[in-house]
Amino acid sequence: MKRPSPDATAIPRTSVASASSSDSSPPTATGASILSSAEPARHLPSIQGSVVADRIYRTAILFFALCVPVLLLLIFVEVGVAGWPALRQFGFSFLTSSTWDPVKGEFGAAPAIFGTLLTSIIALVIATPLALGGAIFLSEFSPRWLRQPVSFLIDLLAAVPSVVFGLWGVFVLVPLLRTGLMPFLRDTLHLGATPFFSGPAYGPSVLAAGLILAIMVLPYIAAVSREVLMAVPRSQREAALALGATRWEAITGAVLPYARTGIFGGIILGLGRARGETMAVTMVIGNRHELAASLFAPGYTMASLIANEFAEATTDIHLSALMAVGFVLFLITLIVNGIARLLVRRVGEVRA
Amino acid sequence: MTAAPEMGPVPDRRRHGRIDVEHFEFWYGKSQSLFDLNLQITPRAVTAFIGPSGCGKSTFLRSINRLNELIPGARRAGMIRLDGENIYQQGMDVVTLRQRVGMVFQRWNPFPKSIYDNVAYGPRINASPSRQELDVVVESALRRAALWDEVKDRLRESALALSGGQQQRLCIARALANDPEVLLLDEPASALDPSATQKIEELVYELKRELTIVIVTHNLQQAARISDRTAFFYLGRLVEMEDTQRLFTSPREERTEAYITGRFG
Repeated sequence: MKRPSPDATAIPRTSVASASSSDSSPPTATGASILSSAEPARHLPSIQGSVVADRIYRTAILFFALCVPVLLLLIFVEVGVAGWPALRQFGFSFLTSSTWDPVKGEFGAAPAIFGTLLTSIIALVIATPLALGGAIFLSEFSPRWLRQPVSFLIDLLAAVPSVVFGLWGVFVLVPLLRTGLMPFLRDTLHLGATPFFSGPAYGPSVLAAGLILAIMVLPYIAAVSREVLMAVPRSQREAALALGATRWEAITGAVLPYARTGIFGGIILGLGRARGETMAVTMVIGNRHELAASLFAPGYTMASLIANEFAEATTDIHLSALMAVGFVLFLITLIVNGIARLLVRRVGEVRA
Repeated sequence: MTAAPEMGPVPDRRRHGRIDVEHFEFWYGKSQSLFDLNLQITPRAVTAFIGPSGCGKSTFLRSINRLNELIPGARRAGMIRLDGENIYQQGMDVVTLRQRVGMVFQRWNPFPKSIYDNVAYGPRINASPSRQELDVVVESALRRAALWDEVKDRLRESALALSGGQQQRLCIARALANDPEVLLLDEPASALDPSATQKIEELVYELKRELTIVIVTHNLQQAARISDRTAFFYLGRLVEMEDTQRLFTSPREERTEAYITGRFG
C-alpha cells in the first residue's frame, strides 16, 4: 500500500469507512460524509455496503461454526466432571476391572468397554462386505429400473427405529440363534473347540448384538458407498476398459481405488452408529458384567449399561460411575475417530 | 446385423494395424448416428477425422475398440476389420482387442496412482510380468511417449501431480505399454496449451512409424499439420476421405470445402 499509485487511493478510503462504521452509530452517514468528498462517489457506496455486510456475514457464520465444537466441549467437560468422583476413586482399575457391584459400591467398566468394541467389530466385519457388494451391484451392474427401488429400500432400513430392531431381535433373531445358528456353529462346524464359539447357547449374546448392529449399520455403509461409487467419473472406468480390463478388473483396479477414501468414510460412519447404538443392543446382548471370550456369552456395552442402570442408580458413586462410563465412551469415540481420520488420509494418499 | 459369411480377405496375422470398414452403421437407442461407413485406414500413418460436433466421428472412433457397446441401447451393423479380422465376429475377445487398439481421451484420465503404476496397469492385468520385465516395459513406454526424462526420478509420485500436458502424455504411455498396433486419439490436445499441444503433435509424428494412429480433432490446422489422410464426417456420414494435402487444397465435395474454409461447423 505504500506505492503512490493513483488507483491505490481508493482502498484506504473504504477501509477507513468500514472501520469507523463498525464502532460509530450511523454507518451510512459516516460513509456518506467521507464519500461526498470523493470523486468517483457514485460507485463507492455499494462497495462500502458490501464490506459491512461481509463482516456481519462472516461473524454470523463463525458463530454458527463455533457453536458445534463449543457444545461438544461443554458435554465433554460436564460428563467428565460428573464422572470424576468414580474415576478418582477407582483410578485405572475402572478400565480394567470387571467387578460392577452397586451394592458394595465397586465399579469396573472393562466388560462394557470390551463389549462395545467387540460388537462394533462384529457388526463391521459382517456389514462391510455385504454393503459394499450391494453398492457395487447398484452402481455398476444394476439395471436402472432395479436401482431406484433397491436403493430406496436400503435407505429405508436406516429409518427403522432401533427399538423395532430390538423387538425383532428378541422375537426372531435370538430364538433363531439359540435353536439354529449357535448349535450349527458349535456342533456341526465343530467351532465349539475354539473358545470363541463355545459354551451354552442361551440366545442373548454378544453375537446377537453384533448381528443386530450389522443390520443397522449396513444401510449407512451401503448408501455412502453407492453414492461415492456413482460419483467416480466415467473417464476412470473408460480408461481401465480401454486398456483391456474386464468390467470386474475395471471395478477392482480403477473404480474402487478411486472411491476408497469415501467408502472408508462410510465404514467409519457405520462404526460410529454401532458404537453408540443403545436400545436394540440392550434388548439382545444379555446385559451381564463378565469378560468372556465366547461370542455366545451374554455381555454388555457401554451405551446399554448407561441406559439400563441410570434410572436405578441411587448412590452418588453409582451415578458417577455411569457418567464415567459415558466419559470413557466419549474418549474412545475420540480416539477411534482420530485414528480413522489418519487412516483415511493414509488411504487417500497415492501409494506406490 | 448382417449375417454375411466371412468372405473377406484371409486374416493377416502379421500386425500392421490396417483397418477396413464396410457398411458400418451405429444407433444409440432409436437414433441412428452413423450411416453406411466404408473406408480404409492406412497402417503406420496418421488419419484425422474432422467434422462439426455431433457428426459421429467420436462415435466411430469408439467403435474401433468397441468401447461404445457399453452404452445401454447401443446397436451396430456392418463390419470393422483389424488386419483382416472382423472385430465384431463371434468369439472376438474384447479384452484382447482393446489391448491391440489403445485409446487416449480428450480429458486426460490417469488413475490416482503413481506414475509407474499408471503405465504398469495394462501389462499387469493382461500379463503377469516379473518385476524386471515390468520395469523394462514401463521405461520403454515412457520413452516412446517422450515423458521418461521428465519423470524418471519421480516414478513413485502421484500421476496427478503432473501438468496437464504431462498427464496426457502419461495416458499415451499407458496405452503404449500394452504394445498396441492402433492408437485412437479422441481430441487429445483440445484442452492443452499450445506448447503442450505441440509436444503431443511431435509425439504423434514419431509414433506413426510404429503404429497406426487415428485422431479426432476439431482443430483443422492440427489435422493438416500431422495427418497423412483426412476424413470429413457430416451428420453421421463420411463425406470425403482423401490425402490430407489434397483434401485441404482441393476438396471434391462442396460441403468439405465449406467446412474447411469455415463457412459452417
